[in-house]
Amino acid sequence: MADIDYKRITLDGLWNNNQALVALLGLCPLLAVTNTMINGLGLGLATTMVLLLSNLSVSAIRHWVRAEVRLPVFVLIIASFVTAVELVMNAWFHELHKVLGIFIPLIVTNCAIIGRAEAFASRNPLGASAVDALAIGIGFTLALCVLGGMRELIGQGTLFDGAHLMFGDIAADWKLSLGDDYQGLLLAILPPGAFIGLGLMIAVKNLIDKGLARRAHKAVASEPAGAEA
Amino acid sequence: MIDKWFPAVISALVLAVFAVIGSALVGVAYEGTAERIEENERQALLDLLGQIVPAQRFDNDMLADTITLDGVEELGGGPVTVYRARADKQDVAAIFSPVITPGYAGRMSLIVGIYADGTVAGVRVLRHHETPGLGDKIEAERSPWILGFAGKSLGNPSEERWKVKRDGGDFDQFTGATITPRLLVAAVKRTLRYFLHNQNRLFAAEASTPPNPEQADANG
Repeated sequence: MADIDYKRITLDGLWNNNQALVALLGLCPLLAVTNTMINGLGLGLATTMVLLLSNLSVSAIRHWVRAEVRLPVFVLIIASFVTAVELVMNAWFHELHKVLGIFIPLIVTNCAIIGRAEAFASRNPLGASAVDALAIGIGFTLALCVLGGMRELIGQGTLFDGAHLMFGDIAADWKLSLGDDYQGLLLAILPPGAFIGLGLMIAVKNLIDKGLARRAHKAVASEPAGAEA
Repeated sequence: MIDKWFPAVISALVLAVFAVIGSALVGVAYEGTAERIEENERQALLDLLGQIVPAQRFDNDMLADTITLDGVEELGGGPVTVYRARADKQDVAAIFSPVITPGYAGRMSLIVGIYADGTVAGVRVLRHHETPGLGDKIEAERSPWILGFAGKSLGNPSEERWKVKRDGGDFDQFTGATITPRLLVAAVKRTLRYFLHNQNRLFAAEASTPPNPEQADANG
């Protein structure tokens, strides 16, 4: 077996194949809960947790689950883990669980999770699958946080609102505010705001990628002929 | 022949094994968290009762002075616990929990307190699946809207104005969410009407041990 390129897996998960910005998977929770940064963070972490557990299990059983029943088995695994994670959140993050409401059980339907199980974990060893799950999960969480932060800031003029739901009383005064006279732009909080925000994020990512590609191209062009790999 | 069936049987077995493992996992997680979740919800309920009828207005142990109603259509049909607040043996208020009503998405569980004179003491939402950012303004932490029920009664505003403004009533709807407040206003109105018709019976009935008030909605 070829050496596993962990760096590549990580970069792919975080950036090149970011599930939210490139694969456009998991849009239902992505668009629905990102009205504040903390909501995004909460759902992102729950999703990462489920991804890690499901990738590890799927990778562990990849040699002896027959191809014709693998998808139902993956679905069973994912659904069980989501239920378990939901119960744990209800027990230890009761308030946050209340805020995220139906979107925790809906992690089951996040295509990114079964997508990684099928496309990656069922073909790769444990270590690589764990790294992939973390990279994909963190990439997804970051996208949720950026989108959530953007919408919260524009929509209600705050940042870190509700941080105490997640971090306890220490975080009670983490909330930043643009000032009480900021009325907020309702559009940003409403679903269209999520679509517009996500569109802007994708555009920015593509611009950055284009810039990087141009620079790489220049570097190749300036080298003597025959140097390209 | 056996060769032909063998793969199918193996597949079925593999699937069955995973079904058992998955169920076991969920079972263990449930066992490990059920007590804590119940305690969380009980504590939240205690806080809620205090928000609806201020502690200085009653002197009895409201959590012990309860009756359970079952199959009352106006309150959603499920088991409803009625907490009765009294001061000096005088009836002060009755708190219904949970009043179940359909929401925009799934069911909403409400807690509705009504003073003996027929005015609303307070309404809070216990549990709901409304759209975040829109319908969830029914939560007291997100918007003061639900506090507006306090002090209202079936004469104030008049019965036909117990509607959201879009339907020609007195209650505000939210931008982008009319259905949630519409259903909620109707549920409070039904509860008030039920209270007025059954007030004497509700306060006189012998106290009974309440079931877990959240149990009725455990599958919601």
